[in-house]
Amino acid sequence: MTPEFAKPSNVYFFGTCLIDAFYPDAGLAAIRLIEREGVRVVFPPGQSCCGQPAYNSGFPDEARAVARRQIQVFGRDIPVVVPSGSCAAMMKHHYPVLFAGADDLAQARAFAARVFEWSEFMTRVLGVRYEDRGRPIRVTWHSSCHALREMKVIEHSKQLLRQLGNVELAELTNESECCGFGGTFSIKHPALSGALVNDKVDDIQATGAARVIAGDCGCLMNIAGAAQLRGWPFQAQHLAEFIWERIHGE
Amino acid sequence: MANEPFENNVDRALADAQLRKNFAFAMGNFILKRRAVFSDAEQTERLRTIGHAIKQRALSRLPELLEQLEAACTRNGIRVHWAETTAVGNRIVLEIIESHAAARVVKGKSMVSEEMHLNAFLANHGIEAIETDLGEFIIQLNGETPSHIIVPAIHKNKAQIAQIFHEKVAGAPYTEEVAELNAIARNTLRRKFYEAGIGLSGVNFAVAETGTLCLVENEGNGRMCTTVPPVHIAVMGLEKVVERLEDLPPLLRLLTGSATGQLVTTYVNLITSPRREGEKDGPQEVHLVILDNGRSRIYQDPQLRQTLQCVRCGTCLNHCPVYTRIGGHAYGFVYPGPIGKILTPQVEGLEKAGTLAFASSLCGACEEVCPVKIPIPALLRRLRDESYSSAPESSVPGRGCKQNWAERLAWKGWAFLNTHPRLNRLTTALLGLVGDYLPPAGPLERWMRYRSEPKFAPRSLHRRIREEGIADE
Repeated sequence: MTPEFAKPSNVYFFGTCLIDAFYPDAGLAAIRLIEREGVRVVFPPGQSCCGQPAYNSGFPDEARAVARRQIQVFGRDIPVVVPSGSCAAMMKHHYPVLFAGADDLAQARAFAARVFEWSEFMTRVLGVRYEDRGRPIRVTWHSSCHALREMKVIEHSKQLLRQLGNVELAELTNESECCGFGGTFSIKHPALSGALVNDKVDDIQATGAARVIAGDCGCLMNIAGAAQLRGWPFQAQHLAEFIWERIHGE
Repeated sequence: MANEPFENNVDRALADAQLRKNFAFAMGNFILKRRAVFSDAEQTERLRTIGHAIKQRALSRLPELLEQLEAACTRNGIRVHWAETTAVGNRIVLEIIESHAAARVVKGKSMVSEEMHLNAFLANHGIEAIETDLGEFIIQLNGETPSHIIVPAIHKNKAQIAQIFHEKVAGAPYTEEVAELNAIARNTLRRKFYEAGIGLSGVNFAVAETGTLCLVENEGNGRMCTTVPPVHIAVMGLEKVVERLEDLPPLLRLLTGSATGQLVTTYVNLITSPRREGEKDGPQEVHLVILDNGRSRIYQDPQLRQTLQCVRCGTCLNHCPVYTRIGGHAYGFVYPGPIGKILTPQVEGLEKAGTLAFASSLCGACEEVCPVKIPIPALLRRLRDESYSSAPESSVPGRGCKQNWAERLAWKGWAFLNTHPRLNRLTTALLGLVGDYLPPAGPLERWMRYRSEPKFAPRSLHRRIREEGIADE
């Protein structure tokens, strides 16, 4: 496909706090796949979290402090690629709201304009083409809420997935329904969150897929955790890590 | 904790397999029906933009439009009454009923009358209020409240309804045939319409320009309630006013498409006056009771005001992953679902109902389908902020009720950690080493009720980046 933007020579990578602590392989795969297209990836070590946990929990001042730090750390005028629809949506769509009335609103807006979700960047900016070298596999796809409704990038993610010739995509019955993670929601209302994730696990299980792929590690941690507790065998994997494996025939 | 009643309701609802099956089935159908009438995404988006603009325009001139509505109605012979609280609203309705020495009221479906708890109030004054909407009729027989704002008995399946009719309607046989069940309700209600001295209804839209009350329905009971008895009382929340008659077609298309997946309802009632001379039917008197009950306070705040755009279609309930699993009763208040989560805490106060604002994953399914584009997740977030806020300028009752030092300290600590990179990396590294041995207590325990223990990576992304020599500037 033809990219919509000129290819930059450098991009920033925002690793997200969940990938940092739980899924570094997903983060590294996302970085390697960008580098593979001849783009230099910069990972500022001062980065931490997008601020969404506090933003959604009634603590906007704390969220703003953390957000401000990211804006400072990612200071150069180059794209910021984020391997999560939720963190990307926070940075792209919610920073301008969070900084309304603040002195650095203009910086927040300028930063927001540079944010790309990873699969969006790979298709719209880099126009990547992949050759699948893996064995035939049946997978399913979960559309995370903020990738779908705020970043609106699900078509880009699926476009990447469809490039993999040996991958059969078995669609979920309720693909666009929330998995129940919701950040602090999962611990503030465990029963509701649990009911949602168990239904998601049932839906995945019914497809007979060996793996569920998604673009958000929050959803993946939630789904994998619930599936594991119930002893169900499918794996949950980030799209970038899955693609990295497929093109290397692993 | 104020959380407890809601948490208990949730546990009970989730444990009720029949209830969950009924909701999953019914809500799935509503989603498909809506999708069928709004199949063209671009056209739907245009229509929603129009609906949003009409309601925003009406709200921007709300005080003026309400005065215009009163003047137009009065000119048409409709008597207008203002009720600041539900208590005042109830008293106004009672006085009208008593002035006609009526003992019985037939009611069309009205959520505002539920908000007023009108039936119980009238019963205390010896007046019988009979619900004539089929769903309302079913739950009234069973002594329940609506579990959905459009389909109040949706928590019941056919067999349960058959049982209620058999037990509660004198002489009714047990039957699961829909036509027979309808006939039982019709036979019971038809006589009541003729006997009642008062008909009471809600209002979907009130047109300021012409003094017209618009009421949509599918069963004809609304038309009966507003034309057969000699007196018609309409009750509405003050946000139901729109500017012009030409605002109605797009709003009706949005309302019925979103609510029931219909292009048009079976009945669209436009009521502009009592029976005029020479007319063969219609009531001799029409009264309009306009209820505030906290709405004008909500109106003062430009962001929260968007709550008042709501047309009560109920589609946010149908699409909500939480509502579709627990149903309406678990919310514990008149308005359930996403709209209830933003409206109820503002009306009842955050101490009483603030928990509702936190019972959402902020998935955004509600905002995506809202026919007038109410930004429900943003308003939920605002109410969460208000719950912990000490800002004096807020008008939300119960502001700051969730303030506590433990949570404040936890978030301060979180912010400190996430703005001090070295400390943050040290903490992550430490969790990589010992995180798997954390005792399952507090938040971790709540996480692990439904999931296995999260596994920290032995080496964080930050560390792997350093080791692999990826550029840092």
